[in-house]
Amino acid sequence: MFWSAFGTIVLAAAVLPMFVNDFAITNLTYFLVWVFMALGLSLIWGYAGILSFGQTAFFGLAGYTYGVVSINLGEGGLWTWFALVVSLVMPLVLAVIVGYFMFYGGVRDVFVGIVTLSITLVFETFMAQTAGPEWTIGSARLNGFNGMSNMPPLTIPWGETPLVFDGTSFFWLVLAMGVLVYLGLRILVNSRFGNVLVAIRENPDRAEMLGYNVRMYQLLVFVIGSVLAGMSGVLYTLWGSYITPSSMGLTAAALPIIWVAAGGRKDLTATLLATVLLTWLSQQLAVKGNQYALIWMGAILLVVVLFAPEGLFVTVWKKLRGRMRARQAEPSPKTASSTSA
Amino acid sequence: MAAILQTRGLKKYFGGLYAINGVDLAVEEGELRCLIGPNGAGKSTLFKLILGSYDPSEGEIFFRGENITGIRPHLRIQRGMSIKFQVPGIFLDLPVEQNLRIALQRAYRGAALEEELSRLLDLIDLEGQRDELAANLSHGQQQWLEIAMAVALRPAMLLLDEPTAGMSPEETFKTGELVKRLNASGMTIIVIEHDMAFVRQIAKRVTVLHFGKVFDEGTLDKIVGNEDVVRIYLGKV
Repeated sequence: MFWSAFGTIVLAAAVLPMFVNDFAITNLTYFLVWVFMALGLSLIWGYAGILSFGQTAFFGLAGYTYGVVSINLGEGGLWTWFALVVSLVMPLVLAVIVGYFMFYGGVRDVFVGIVTLSITLVFETFMAQTAGPEWTIGSARLNGFNGMSNMPPLTIPWGETPLVFDGTSFFWLVLAMGVLVYLGLRILVNSRFGNVLVAIRENPDRAEMLGYNVRMYQLLVFVIGSVLAGMSGVLYTLWGSYITPSSMGLTAAALPIIWVAAGGRKDLTATLLATVLLTWLSQQLAVKGNQYALIWMGAILLVVVLFAPEGLFVTVWKKLRGRMRARQAEPSPKTASSTSA
Repeated sequence: MAAILQTRGLKKYFGGLYAINGVDLAVEEGELRCLIGPNGAGKSTLFKLILGSYDPSEGEIFFRGENITGIRPHLRIQRGMSIKFQVPGIFLDLPVEQNLRIALQRAYRGAALEEELSRLLDLIDLEGQRDELAANLSHGQQQWLEIAMAVALRPAMLLLDEPTAGMSPEETFKTGELVKRLNASGMTIIVIEHDMAFVRQIAKRVTVLHFGKVFDEGTLDKIVGNEDVVRIYLGKV
């Protein structure tokens, strides 16, 4: 049932460009771009119990890295793909360094959130003061709060007309990557590795006393989640050919927390759906003003915390399933009368 | 028989307080040893030192002949130790089956894991509640579940910290039989316990701790015959 619905939705999304205009596809791509960071946060927070408030640091680092490398190397050959790989290696390296000091240094609970939030705010502050012409790496100008722009799209040499991933082809690429990452993470959380993550979330001391190297698992999951945040950063940069320091600011850092909490942090599917829905909602509300959308996102977080701590999607799903089971368990009038007779 | 566990001059200070003050302990392979003593005698601290949750202030710990004093707790577990905590340390929000599965997957794979899972559920009488959340079990059942999780690691040495705390007399007796059966299978077991009826049921050898030191050691009859032990801990026997 689930996999039939999943296959149908993916197939419908894949053929969607044949039925809707380019603007709708560009918008849908934008919603999907954020899913990677949200899924990574769901893995780190929902499955391993580590609340990282600064996934945007990895998002921004990857986005800026793509900008610097691709602008310098150009779009010839496979250089844009090389830039993509380098852009994912950078958040990986940062996550290994930060994660090592945090987890092997005994940083736990809310302090992980404080450390990661501090890192993203430091990055934002640093990038914001790079407006001057001296802040140039090769031919790539960082450009401070005005943001970096004009990054080339992903390109594959193909005879005389190279394959350029923009518009619909970029949508298909993001969709394919999204499906692969989602399926990969599902396999991961249902594996022995996922079992250990859940054990660490529930009781790290017990997990250690079962012989698991808790700090190593925490580091590994933090790195995976951070690379996924980086993937969102690169795809976002490719989507708009643009990245600014505000993508690492406090507001940007809070939004993934809201998406993941609203959907249900312990559920990848709920996280995926909530991210797409809430980024769409933000966009619709932003028409009336950017702050208006943020107030609504804050209100949603409050509702979730107060009334559905497991996440809105998960709570609604559990209630529906409970009712369906209760209805199935109820004897039909015919059965009841025959029993009483 | 060789000592599976040996501590030499083990000390642990918390500020000016000596929680463990020079413990020399040797437990032989296959032994079932009970640790008794008044509250604050240092019994749980001694377990935490053996497991590596605390670093000793002085002294050394040997396990199967290897000096394990400086190594991390999970590596000690991997070398063949296992523990049931004083307060049940199970995964309360997970089903019984998943609790055991998490423990079993370190030593078992595939069909062997499923077989061992069924055997353990049977051992602790929780086969009918395998899908129940661990939080919904009675206190006694939670204690058994944790013992089963500890046993799932196939340890050479099992540490049980007050395994019968909060149990009814029937549950306590059943736990005693379970401990004896595990010991009969060759597992070395060290038990911290206050319930002397339980100690009498299981113990072959008893160590009395007092003020962080080994006060007396020997068979239960020898221990209860020591007037000083009766005075400091047992009261009227």
